[in-house]
Amino acid sequence: MTARSGPPILLLRRTFLAGLGGALTGLALGSRVGVAGPALPPAVDEAVKAEAAAEGAGLRPNLFVHVTPNGGVTIACARAEMGQGVRSSLPVLIADELGADMRRVEVVQAPGDPAYGDQNTDGSHSVRGFYDALRKLGACARMMLIAAAAVRWRVPASTCEAHDHAVHHPATGRSLGFGELAIAAAKLPVPQDILLRPRVELLHVGKELPLLDGPDIVTGRAIFGADVRLPGMLTAVIARPPVVGGRATQHDASKTLAVPGVRHVVPLPAPQPPFAFQPLGGVAVVADDTWSALRGRARLEVTWAPGANGDYDSSEYCEVLLAAVSAPGHVVREVGDVVRALGSASKRVEATYHVPHLAHAAMEPPVAVVRFDGQKCEVWAATQNPQAARKEVARALDIAPDQVTVNVTLLGGAFGRKSKPDYVVEAALLAKATGSPVRVQWTREDDIQHDYYHTVSTQRLEAGLDEVGKVVAWRHRTAFPPIGSTFTDTTLSVPGELQQGVLDVPLAIANVRAENCEARAHTRIGWLRSVANIYHAFAVQSFIAEIAHARGSDPRETLLEIIGPPRLVGLEELGVQSLPNYDQPLAEHPIDTGRHRRVIERVTDMARWSDREQRNRALGLAVHRSFLTYVASVVSVIRDPEGRLVVDEVWTSLDAGTLVNRERVRSQFEGAVIFALGHALYGEITMKGGATVQSNFRDYRLMRIGEAPRAIHLDIVDSDGPSGGAGEPGVPPVAPALANAIFALTGQRVRELPIARSLKV
Amino acid sequence: MKIHLHVNGKAHALELDPDMPLLWALRDHVGLTGTKYGCGQALCGACVVHLDGEAVRSCVTPVSRADGRAVVTIEGLSPDGSHPLQKAWVELAVPQCGFCQAGQIMTAAALLKKNPQPSEVDIDTSMAGNLCRCGTYLRIRAAIERAVAEKGKGG
Repeated sequence: MTARSGPPILLLRRTFLAGLGGALTGLALGSRVGVAGPALPPAVDEAVKAEAAAEGAGLRPNLFVHVTPNGGVTIACARAEMGQGVRSSLPVLIADELGADMRRVEVVQAPGDPAYGDQNTDGSHSVRGFYDALRKLGACARMMLIAAAAVRWRVPASTCEAHDHAVHHPATGRSLGFGELAIAAAKLPVPQDILLRPRVELLHVGKELPLLDGPDIVTGRAIFGADVRLPGMLTAVIARPPVVGGRATQHDASKTLAVPGVRHVVPLPAPQPPFAFQPLGGVAVVADDTWSALRGRARLEVTWAPGANGDYDSSEYCEVLLAAVSAPGHVVREVGDVVRALGSASKRVEATYHVPHLAHAAMEPPVAVVRFDGQKCEVWAATQNPQAARKEVARALDIAPDQVTVNVTLLGGAFGRKSKPDYVVEAALLAKATGSPVRVQWTREDDIQHDYYHTVSTQRLEAGLDEVGKVVAWRHRTAFPPIGSTFTDTTLSVPGELQQGVLDVPLAIANVRAENCEARAHTRIGWLRSVANIYHAFAVQSFIAEIAHARGSDPRETLLEIIGPPRLVGLEELGVQSLPNYDQPLAEHPIDTGRHRRVIERVTDMARWSDREQRNRALGLAVHRSFLTYVASVVSVIRDPEGRLVVDEVWTSLDAGTLVNRERVRSQFEGAVIFALGHALYGEITMKGGATVQSNFRDYRLMRIGEAPRAIHLDIVDSDGPSGGAGEPGVPPVAPALANAIFALTGQRVRELPIARSLKV
Repeated sequence: MKIHLHVNGKAHALELDPDMPLLWALRDHVGLTGTKYGCGQALCGACVVHLDGEAVRSCVTPVSRADGRAVVTIEGLSPDGSHPLQKAWVELAVPQCGFCQAGQIMTAAALLKKNPQPSEVDIDTSMAGNLCRCGTYLRIRAAIERAVAEKGKGG
């Protein structure tokens, strides 16, 4: 293992994995966190500069691949690493196409630049969005190395092959290493027609790959947002208006400025609606170190005007949502005549479900570092969306975006929060105001109280059953302040949200209607891991189990019956004009009930559903397709000696199509279970007087290790179909499976989350 | 106030507010950023370090309490990442985002020092103060068990 010492550790530190054991042995990737090339820090030494210059030579057919004359291969990862394992996954597509020896591959994190394509790391689409594109980039470099060897040997390129970090001519047994060919290859034209390898030649794709940043993480060397250190850097914490849209009417900083180490107190402009990615305003305390900034902020006296959202009370708002779903909404899905079918049904089942606001609460609160010299700006940030950060910073500083470099650190968790660069803009404004590099550090209280919250939602479901218990009518009304309200004055959710468990649910039911009920937001609404699927899957999958109970049948059989036989469900059967389908054509990613059924069958086999009747234990089941991946989960619930309900085991079957890194897919689905269980059991943000009531992990409760299930059993359907998502789809089925298990155990139906509101957990 | 810290075997004499949490002294003044800020209220465990061998939450430990005492951070747990827990963490690919893991490992290391053969209940009890939002708890349990097993083999 080698590590460069000295000050520019952030930008050019490099580590190589060594001695991996166990199942993960066999692939080692180097890592280099920070910027790929431009803008070396002032403290950089001559040796580093010389190496940087030498590294510039060699084959660089595109932004993503660089083969150096000494045989090093550097691959850019343009998507942000937030724990989903993208740095341990995407570069492998390039390396495998190239035929690289993974031990000689180094991964660099790309800065935010449209030249890298879409870098907004959300929507679980890094693999499906880049699978072919990255392969082509690697294949392009391979073709140029082969062409260079063919010229050298005077043989047709078609008689050469690339593997093991070299080009080979099998007929004559000659080989040349990638490094020996790099300079010659760089002089050749970049091929236009790219030939991909046959899938079997991708030696690592789809396997269990080691964790690129693992060794740095376990030794404390990995660089997260708050770990960036620049010479002369000051640290800022900000007192923000407690209510979104509020502002500071006056402030007294005299006690703050008396705190040793406090350098500046800077009022920030109040945002104008729509709030979008604007900072929330308030008063910043900028100091030599974090502690001084925190002490200074504690002594700041600010008078706040609450603004238009000052009377928002989330418990009163539940009544508003309930009223919204008690009246007809905009029809967004219709098959048959649901009103008549409900009217003539032998039996009706009705239920209303409520899911509260949630906070993202990534373990690293938002943080950004900005240096601005009046013309050029450099940013280091834990951001999912470096291009948006760049744009917003440029706008705030009134400079051109190409004057802004955004370096992406490890994210320390994100879950959607760090797609919104408000905190990066704060740092930019303060760097400008103070003339010093500034790190803005959010405290946990800041994070919980000033989030872009997961929306609050209420849904009403009604089903009509005929005389033999067959479901003949289904009406689904959903009301939630839409994400769009953060960006424009709207109360209407959009197909992008409704496709997540309303429009896209396969229902073998003759009369179906879904209605979109308007709801006004009174805080910033954002997307949180799996987004609208969270509440829609909770309601739909709970309701199907309620129907099973109403007609006295096995919930699994009822679920399979309502999904119906294996088939591709088109727009006409859904009863919709169109479906965003996570931005993929239905022809390529159809709604395939055979895949729904398969994961249900596999998960119930694995969990021994037929033996589910056991004393003091019960199972619940749910299935959900999201982000083009099919997932079914079974949760087992027991009662502990103190009478608390405890999640004992969870089983998940998933069909995500083609995988890149099977190990990171497993870890994402394990984590999704914990994430979803924690929300379902305890997760709740409430607001009074427009301000968030909760402030830290004391009252915004996350799942802890002793509350985690004893085991999570995963089953992955082998598939070479198009890739679905992996980061988010594990979340939605877990909460309804838990609620269904609790009903099976206790007879109590949970229709309102979190469960801790109504039951002892 | 002049504070004498012995961090990972190295002496530091620093002029600091005695009330400054050890966390900020380590991160902002000693220059060791492996110890993380997660909550500032001893609720999440991201900031756990060893003070004279005991696991403490550096976010609520005044630096004056560490004056003249030995502090070990994640950077000093082993010279080269070879502590059995660090090895097990990498082998089982425990981290997701990775932010909480220094605190998890330091808490687990203090546990194993006191109790080299912890039961499942011991593990859950000792690790109860360490949050992981990514949900790596099952692998944390497995990695601690693996480290225990490896130590048992004399490895």
